[in-house]
Amino acid sequence: MSKYVIVGASAAGIGAVEAIRDVDPVGTITVISEELCPQYSRPMISDFISGKATLEKMKCRDDHFWEKNDVQALTGRTAVHLNLADRYVELDGGDRVTFERLLLATGGKPFIPKIEGADKESVFTFTMFSDAERLATKIESAKKAVVIGAGLIGVSVTEALAKRGLEVTIVEFKDKILSLLLDSAASEIVENAVRKTGVKIITGQTVQRILGKPENDNVVGGAVLTNGDHIQCDLVIIAIGVIPRMELVAGTDVKTNRGIIVDKFMHTSVPDVYASGDVAEAYDFILNENRSLPLWPLAQLEGRVAGYNMAGKKTDYQGGTSMSALKYFGIPIISIGIANPKKDDAYEILVKHDSAKNLYKKLVLKDNVIVGMTFVNDIERAGIIFHLMKNCVDVKKFKQELISENFGLATLPSRLRKKIYLGD
Amino acid sequence: MKRIIAKEEACMGCGLCEVYCTVQHSKSKDIVKAYNREHPRPISRVRLETNKPVSFAIQCRHCEDAPCVTACLSGAMRKDEETGLVTHDAEKCMGCWTCIMVCPYGAIKMDVSGKIVAKCDLCSELDIPACVVNCPNGALVYKEVKP
Repeated sequence: MSKYVIVGASAAGIGAVEAIRDVDPVGTITVISEELCPQYSRPMISDFISGKATLEKMKCRDDHFWEKNDVQALTGRTAVHLNLADRYVELDGGDRVTFERLLLATGGKPFIPKIEGADKESVFTFTMFSDAERLATKIESAKKAVVIGAGLIGVSVTEALAKRGLEVTIVEFKDKILSLLLDSAASEIVENAVRKTGVKIITGQTVQRILGKPENDNVVGGAVLTNGDHIQCDLVIIAIGVIPRMELVAGTDVKTNRGIIVDKFMHTSVPDVYASGDVAEAYDFILNENRSLPLWPLAQLEGRVAGYNMAGKKTDYQGGTSMSALKYFGIPIISIGIANPKKDDAYEILVKHDSAKNLYKKLVLKDNVIVGMTFVNDIERAGIIFHLMKNCVDVKKFKQELISENFGLATLPSRLRKKIYLGD
Repeated sequence: MKRIIAKEEACMGCGLCEVYCTVQHSKSKDIVKAYNREHPRPISRVRLETNKPVSFAIQCRHCEDAPCVTACLSGAMRKDEETGLVTHDAEKCMGCWTCIMVCPYGAIKMDVSGKIVAKCDLCSELDIPACVVNCPNGALVYKEVKP
């Protein structure tokens, strides 16, 4: 019997452990994790491929995190069944862990569409350290790679493989790369930087079939696009997206939509059962709805909120939104909220684009409140804009200042500035 | 804990806070050497904000519940429970800019390398931070403030 049981030891699970221990130093905590390696940063696995980071550098907590927080860690174990009536989680091998309060932080899993030949050797997904480890063993002997999907994961692995000297083709079904995060202008800036490194970008296409090598059909030798074109390659990385891992709650009373439905306390529809991170549908303060947002910082935050509530400290989740900071191909970008608003009178768009310097700033406003921002290259003051977004500040009187080169706290109206600065 | 408070009305916008922050974070700790011989020159972690006639200096506030710590992808940003400092481990930083995205003060900078971030460490090796000591008009005050 454990007072708190947490399934999953990535961002949300870690956040929950820390929050629980903040409030309750003694209640027993059991964490179940499929992964053997210590707490590491998943967004850093592309740095592992490029050679920029070792596992040591990727560790996002101290080596003795479990001991320090007095956690019983069941690593390398899979939770296979959840019994809500008798309040236990069953592990592979049949062991049962009973709980008083449960956090489901099972994360997401790569979405793999039906592609003929996807079962061949050297077809990879790219979300966990073990994926990166397996991919790393193939890089030395490979010359060409095809990456399917140009979202965050696809672009990150593309950059890493290109840095390792591979000839990479990135294939994106939409008409531009990073289409969920960026508008056309910002996407084009990144596309230009990507192409400069020799990477080939193909948009409006996807891979319909993965071919074998002439000498061994079980090993990747090429890819066939929807238009019939053939691309020769030695590796295929499928990076189309992630979907919530909800196997544990299938057939239980825990209500789900695309992910597990939670309230602002990260509480599910079942008493004492919480969910956080990529598996949960948490609140988006821009869209004013709950949705699945598989992002590390939000998972960590949601995990903290769940942890506090599980330990009895009532805490609201203030909400997140689609928000990403990008570093790939030497172009720093911060994109928050709505990047591509519907062509609608309700939205006002402010843009400043200096193509010579590759500087781009765009704000999307609705009723004089910022609901979307994209800053390219000049990003250091982006957090101030995020603050204005979170607090729904009416920016009518100073909106043009927000995209000016000199933008900062000093350009905000005095009262607002003092409120942010003094925090009152 | 002690924090640096800016007094807008006393700030002359001279920028000496930035100069002395750069010197303090240089190898030589000497103003001439830091500016003339260190390449690249270390950046200042304090930022002088100006929008005439307004000016004031802003640096990491070492927030109680620091959004950069929760958001950090690599574990480089930590809250030191004993000192209250928000510390940044340059070795662990992966330069993902997520902390920059969530800092409400815009107080985190990209380091000169463009590969990691840099921010105020309250000159933890000094009794009083360099920007405060060297402010000629008392526009930066280092004092105990309730969180």
